Amino acid sequence: MPHTSPASPVAEQTPSAERFSGPVVQAESLSVRYGKNVALNDITAVFPPGAVGLLGPNGAGKSTLLKALLGFLTPEKGSMKVLGLDVARSPLEIRERIGYMPESDSHIPGMNAVTFVAYCAQLSGLPAVDAMQRAHEVLYYVGLGEARYRNLETYSTGMKQRIKLAQATVHDPDLLFLDEPTNGMDPKGRDEMLELIHDLAHNKNVNLILSSHLLPDVEYTCDHVVVMDKGTVATYGSIDALRGTAGRVYEIRIKGDQEHFIEVLKAAGYEVHDSDEDVMRVFVPGATDDSTKTLFALAARERVQVRHLRPSVPTLEDVFARAVGEV
Amino acid sequence: MVMTRAGVMNMVTKRVFIGVMMLAWSGFVVRVIQIYFSQSFMNLEFLAPKGETFREFLDQQNFFVFFVTIWVGAGLIANDRRANALQLYLSKPMTSAEYIAGKFAILFVFLIGVTFLPAIMLLLAQAILAGNLTFIRNNLYLIPSITLYSLLLVTFTATSMLALSSMSKSSRFVGIMFAGLLFFTGALFNALRGITGRSTFAWLSPSASLEQLGDVIFRMTPRYQVSPAIAALTVFVLIAGSIWILMRRVRGVEIVT
Repeated sequence: MPHTSPASPVAEQTPSAERFSGPVVQAESLSVRYGKNVALNDITAVFPPGAVGLLGPNGAGKSTLLKALLGFLTPEKGSMKVLGLDVARSPLEIRERIGYMPESDSHIPGMNAVTFVAYCAQLSGLPAVDAMQRAHEVLYYVGLGEARYRNLETYSTGMKQRIKLAQATVHDPDLLFLDEPTNGMDPKGRDEMLELIHDLAHNKNVNLILSSHLLPDVEYTCDHVVVMDKGTVATYGSIDALRGTAGRVYEIRIKGDQEHFIEVLKAAGYEVHDSDEDVMRVFVPGATDDSTKTLFALAARERVQVRHLRPSVPTLEDVFARAVGEV
Repeated sequence: MVMTRAGVMNMVTKRVFIGVMMLAWSGFVVRVIQIYFSQSFMNLEFLAPKGETFREFLDQQNFFVFFVTIWVGAGLIANDRRANALQLYLSKPMTSAEYIAGKFAILFVFLIGVTFLPAIMLLLAQAILAGNLTFIRNNLYLIPSITLYSLLLVTFTATSMLALSSMSKSSRFVGIMFAGLLFFTGALFNALRGITGRSTFAWLSPSASLEQLGDVIFRMTPRYQVSPAIAALTVFVLIAGSIWILMRRVRGVEIVT
């Protein structure tokens, strides 16, 4: 677990959620193209304050959306607002108030960690003395205190991810964009990074948007999710609400023709997807207490034997699978 | 400003680089000694500076302009591209024009330090050693000439180097490209001069174009048979082209379509 210093610079600040209470990001009819390729197709979404996961498979348009919000990409059509400011009109005001942790390895060559983070703080407008003090504090917060005088080029992948988080948070932004923050990290490093993000979002009240294709990362750190697929928003809302969307999930294992039974369940209006081994996860929309009876009845009709049936807690995986049609 | 200060500080911490900058002032020291002797000994009056002396001095400084440009400039953007730093810079409250200006200022500071600064100091040294302002008064055009030529030289060199630096991720390759372009265009011009027996193709070489403009700025007879207007056009087109390349290359995201 990372050691979260009590003197963390983020902890000393006024909670961001108190500073900005409206939607942190609003996109309306947003389309972005790379040449002939449509990267974002008529996206409309609202990101509430707090921790929001931007979830989707590779190539869904998550990073493109973040880059468009940063003003790196000019949309073909549509509008974007970040912290209530129009991206097209006030890009610099927005960038003063956000922190960005890019997906790829990024650093400024020839610097050690503390110089780099202090430099980034100065670029964000902090005076030199304050920037240096904050750099030391933030480096301790992300767990790089002991390595802060080492040249960045000697850092491991996990350390590079942490230093990117440090430079993104050093000026105490109102909103953080984290693009695949656990990329390339080993399991221990990944857990520590997620713990840091969770701490930022839930203890330091920092608004953040976490872009990831990893469901557990989003599920652990975020309260809301925007699911993207093929350049569109498949669904969005609070994770709890989406998980509990008027329905129930059952884990079922049968003896008999499983493929045929899946077709029957689908024909009956249920969503089914395979999980480990031969266990199916069946989402019953608008489920009532009678839904188990219905499932047994269907099994009896199709002459398959139900060996295992257990009500399950809907996971973000179910939400994701439903949203992107992987059922 | 933050970026320029960091860039300058990064260079001045390198001892070898400081040595090169000091070496770049050796011409100034020699000229000062020359002026001192011309003022001190009647039979050495032929060493006294003339207006052309300052033009020649700046010509000699071109050698250091070349080295300092490659040393300081080659990696200015190329290294940032290699380390994916552009997206970090541009995610801060900074436009791409400000980024380019900040990088330009780093190179500008050092190039001014080997052109304008020693030339103006030389003019000042002449007045101090002579004990009067007669020379300056008689050659008042030297102050704007030194300023204008130095600015032109530095602006052209810095923008073209930055444009090259923005086109690669390897500072070594950028240095080779810069040297290659200067030598190749110079060789091309000299080959055409050898074939035609005339120097009307001086505009093909940026260095020759700058020399031609320098002669005009210092009120000397132009050395090549090319219109100064065409030489100026070459230089300005190259500066504008470099800025155009920079504005296209300096982006927070690299788009490959």
